[in-house]
Amino acid sequence: MNGMALLEIKNLHATVGEREILKGIDLTVNPGEVHAIMGPNGSGKSTLAQVLAGRELYHVTDGQVIYDGEDLLELDPEERAQAGIFLAFQYPVEIPGVSNMYFLKAALNAVRKSQGQEELDALDFLNLVRDKMKLMDMDQTLLNRPVNTGFSGGEKKRNEIFQMAVLEPKLAILDETDSGLDIDALKLVANGVNTLRSKDRSMIVVTHYQRLLNYIVPDFVHVLSEGRIVKSGGKELALQLEESGYAGIGLVDEEEAVGTV
Amino acid sequence: MTGVAEFTQLPAAAPWLQHLRETAYRHFSELGFPTTRNEEWRFTNVAAIARANFVVGAPQVEVTVPSPAVRLGLGEAEPQLARYAGFGQNAFVALNTAFVNDVVFIHVPKGAVVEQPIEISFEALENAAAHPRVLIVIGANAQCTIVESYRGKGSYFTNAVTEIVAGDGAVVDHYKVQQESLSAFHVATLQAQLGRSTNFSSHSISLGGALVRNDANAVLSEGTEATLNGLYIANGTQHVDNHTVIDHAKPHAASHELYKGILDGKANAVFNGRIIVRKDAQKTDSKQTNKNLVLSDDAVINTKPELQILADDVRCTHGATIGQLDAESMFYLRSRGIAKDQARSLLIFAFAQDIVDRIKVQSLRDSLERVLFEKFHEHAH
Repeated sequence: MNGMALLEIKNLHATVGEREILKGIDLTVNPGEVHAIMGPNGSGKSTLAQVLAGRELYHVTDGQVIYDGEDLLELDPEERAQAGIFLAFQYPVEIPGVSNMYFLKAALNAVRKSQGQEELDALDFLNLVRDKMKLMDMDQTLLNRPVNTGFSGGEKKRNEIFQMAVLEPKLAILDETDSGLDIDALKLVANGVNTLRSKDRSMIVVTHYQRLLNYIVPDFVHVLSEGRIVKSGGKELALQLEESGYAGIGLVDEEEAVGTV
Repeated sequence: MTGVAEFTQLPAAAPWLQHLRETAYRHFSELGFPTTRNEEWRFTNVAAIARANFVVGAPQVEVTVPSPAVRLGLGEAEPQLARYAGFGQNAFVALNTAFVNDVVFIHVPKGAVVEQPIEISFEALENAAAHPRVLIVIGANAQCTIVESYRGKGSYFTNAVTEIVAGDGAVVDHYKVQQESLSAFHVATLQAQLGRSTNFSSHSISLGGALVRNDANAVLSEGTEATLNGLYIANGTQHVDNHTVIDHAKPHAASHELYKGILDGKANAVFNGRIIVRKDAQKTDSKQTNKNLVLSDDAVINTKPELQILADDVRCTHGATIGQLDAESMFYLRSRGIAKDQARSLLIFAFAQDIVDRIKVQSLRDSLERVLFEKFHEHAH
């Protein structure tokens, strides 16, 4: 359907335990758009990313999320992934005993199966992933190692974007994919992400720092504070934040505040 | 008492053997079956074995002895048999020794390299009490792999004793695969006497049995390197108890121990790992780890390290964990489209794989992976 939003978040409230973290988020993402979500630590950026991916730790207490015409909140995490949502984790999880290849093949086949496509055998899978590994400058030996186990910080983030390249989501949510990366690793990751930009793929890029947005240039920038979007604009908003800090637009950033003590 | 009445009906054996049996029988009579008041048996109640009415019956044995290893007769076992697995304290070893009749006695000559695994498999008879006995004597600098397996159908009692004597510099990989019927009782003792600079590893895989007790004991010499690993998987009302003793009798030896358990249903498991470092066993390096994955609220694990360290210049570490499936890992897998059941299976399998990957016999690894795959598939539904 033309003109239909891919993702519509309306008045989303979420809690962890007793604490309310999201206090009424409204956000609309159309196909092909890249939205950056910035905000100080503790503003709820990562919570939003995890709620969209279906993390059970968080409870949605109010509001609505419509994804591709469906009630997203009714879906299990795996159903969301099968419907084309992908979360690149801020802290990719190490899973000893499961090879990266086995894991990713199982994931890809689960997604393909749900979409009525044929499952791939090991050989087809290898052929498919070879180019995508090149894209992320990943060594083939990483495929045979256990998922994220013993990977460096950079390797873990590259592995996330590599998985995204293989799973070809409709909506990619990148949760602080820049954190802990040196500039070379950041460029590599950003380049991978940019290669995956298309008019059929939307992205939500969650970041604390503007730096990443020099390389992944967003269509829209939203500033999250205390569980609400307090400011929205174009890419120039990110530059403004870079110059004046969150304090410059009247927000308290725990990290900046600590820095001045 | 199981099979004991039959002791007196056994045909007389060669004088040395008759003497051994009678001595062992006397010990057994004095000891009786252990009760839970005995610290060694605190969590494992064998009353059901003591009460059971089985008839002594030898299991079917299949033995593959690749050259240059050889199988020898009982008559030639005299100098070694029952020298290592002491029956003074252990009633089950005493009972086994009292009924010694057919011994699987294998000799690996000095310096020999036995490429293919020595395979010994026991298939129990239903309603029988069996006392399988294995003695493997490995010459200095020889190399071999041993695979013991136990299986059967219905209800029965297997009480096995295996003695392994490895000469100086020998390299020995031992595997014990216990796939008894779910109604069976299985009690087994492995006693390994290891020479100077010997490299020994034993993997105990415990899958079947209603009531299982494994004792794996190793006595190390100077510079010996010993590994005792284990994997136990129990569900329903299975009870599996693993006791290990690593005796660092001499300096410069290293021991590694990793036991992993997966428990579901109302299963009960025990891990008790004793490390003894004797007074002159300086420079001992010993590491013990026991990890348990507990999948249900009703499953119980009792885990206990027992370190007796009498030397002062040693490094000994131990650790035990008891945990459920990791929620973060579950979410990570599911967030990639893998269904909850499959994610769960994958993580359980991965937990076990850690031990399976250490098995060097390809055919054994393959067959275990198949068994685990079936088991973890059950978990998924």
